[in-house]
Amino acid sequence: MITFERVSKRYPNGREALTNVSFSIHNGEMVFLTGRSGAGKSTVLKLIALLERPTRGNVVVHGRNTRTLKTRHIAAFRRRIGVVFQDHRLLADRPVFDNVALPLAVAATPLKEIDKRVRAALDQVGLLGRERSLPLELSVGEQQRVGIARAVVSKPPLLIADEPTGNLDPDLSLEVMRLFRRFQDVGVTVVVATHDLHLVREFGQRVIVLENGQVHGGDAPDTLPSVVARR
Amino acid sequence: MSLAVAGARHLQALLGSLGRLARSPLSTALTLLVIALALALPTSLRLLVTNAQLATGNFASAVDVSVYLKTDVPLAKAQQLAQAAGQRADVAAVTVIAADKGLEDFRTYSGFGEALQALKENPLPHVLHVRPRAEDSSPAALESLRRYFSAWPEVDLVQLDSEWVMRFNAILEVMRRLLLIAAALLGLGVLAVIGNTIRLEIQGRRAEIEVTKLVGGSNSFVRRPFLYTGVLYGVGGALLAWGIVAIAVAVLGESVTSLARLYGSRYVLRGPSRDDIGVLLGAGAVLGWLGAWISAARHLRSIEPRA
Ligand SMILES: Nc1ncnc2c1ncn2[C@@H]1O[C@H](COP(=O)(O)OP(=O)(O)OP(=O)(O)O)[C@@H](O)[C@H]1O
Ligand SMILES: [Mg+2]
Repeated sequence: MITFERVSKRYPNGREALTNVSFSIHNGEMVFLTGRSGAGKSTVLKLIALLERPTRGNVVVHGRNTRTLKTRHIAAFRRRIGVVFQDHRLLADRPVFDNVALPLAVAATPLKEIDKRVRAALDQVGLLGRERSLPLELSVGEQQRVGIARAVVSKPPLLIADEPTGNLDPDLSLEVMRLFRRFQDVGVTVVVATHDLHLVREFGQRVIVLENGQVHGGDAPDTLPSVVARR
Repeated sequence: MSLAVAGARHLQALLGSLGRLARSPLSTALTLLVIALALALPTSLRLLVTNAQLATGNFASAVDVSVYLKTDVPLAKAQQLAQAAGQRADVAAVTVIAADKGLEDFRTYSGFGEALQALKENPLPHVLHVRPRAEDSSPAALESLRRYFSAWPEVDLVQLDSEWVMRFNAILEVMRRLLLIAAALLGLGVLAVIGNTIRLEIQGRRAEIEVTKLVGGSNSFVRRPFLYTGVLYGVGGALLAWGIVAIAVAVLGESVTSLARLYGSRYVLRGPSRDDIGVLLGAGAVLGWLGAWISAARHLRSIEPRA
């Protein structure tokens, strides 16, 4: 489902964020991506969502190589990926409902269906009843959950999340992770970038550790005994 | 995507565009006014041309060609010539005015009746009155008719008022070209105004465009509301232009009527016809759409979600 093949990413300013990174993530897997700040976690997610293209190597998602994907196919490619951003990227001048509905609107979903699905998604993140609020009227944690609702509302087969629990208290963090796992249970592939080793340990999923833009200890989970405990 | 869903999407985008225009009424009104003035000018010019044409009547039918035959040509010959001329495709009708009839008319209408009694012989020739077909009444066509009759040995003189017709038609032609040039230039102006307005709106909604692209909004999805905004500006400006022209016609109408009365005419100033209005609104819509499209194509491409 996701394959990184000797991927390097150099940003225009010359900074090499990833060097020779290879790993693959299978359909229906839930994977944590950890590593220090600046290790390249967000860069990996950006390469998956085609917000960036690799400088070298290949990134293949859903059987599509992002290096060669035509510009006119990018929109359809992105519609199959739900993304939770580190800075949640909500539209400040639109109510919660509109923000969550956006992925459905771009996919030409009927209005009635949009209404139903937006409510279901908000319900899942515990924000039902806040549809008419503006993002700035919500707490930072609530905003983050709106971002999660937006990522899952169109039921994409792949969900990627960058620090989705960064602003949540431990209980809510756990709640959000359980939500992600429920998606995994219904077949969604989930990739979560996080610092929160405690949470990672608690969930016992596969972990990819990045260090200075490289995969630490290859991709073998057992070489990372401190954080890895297979379910 | 079903048709109904597609329709709902378009309706939504349209309402969204309307809502955004309504949210900044002052700048929307100013933009509309600029567009309206640019559209009203060629429309007025067009009205000027049509009214000039109508007010002076259709010269084509007014210009008859009078063919004076030589005095020694007998009436039978005149009638024969008239029949030959009647065969021509560019001739609508030919009437023969016999010399006797001519003299009688002259007696009746000239007031020289008594004096003319004294004439022993009729000094007048037979005359052919030729009415050209309406579609063959351009100055060039009239000129060729004149040459045709002049070539006959029986003809003494061919008279037509073509110089005046030519001058008038030349003036109308100049006005028509002026209209075309003005319409083209002002159309470009409307394109520029709408394009720039859309550019500003795209800049103002940068964040929204980025996020829309992030969640998989296609270029056409992102472009759609801007196209609607462009069309709304174009059609709105055209409606306003119609209003401006209608007011101008109403204000001018009375003075035109009294001016015409001084010349013994009952001419009434014409407003824009249904066709004129159709062209105006159509031009507004097309210019709005095109201006928005060009602007969107240029400026939307540069907005890619920054990672
Ligand atoms: N747009 C960019 N332009 C230039 N350099 C960048 C850009 N984005 C990231 N970098 C650099 O690439 C490296 C990896 O950044 P990245 O955001 O992937 O790290 P991260 O693991 O997500 O860190 P954090 O945990 O702090 O979010 C960093 O050194 C960063 O400075
Ligand atoms: Mg990051």
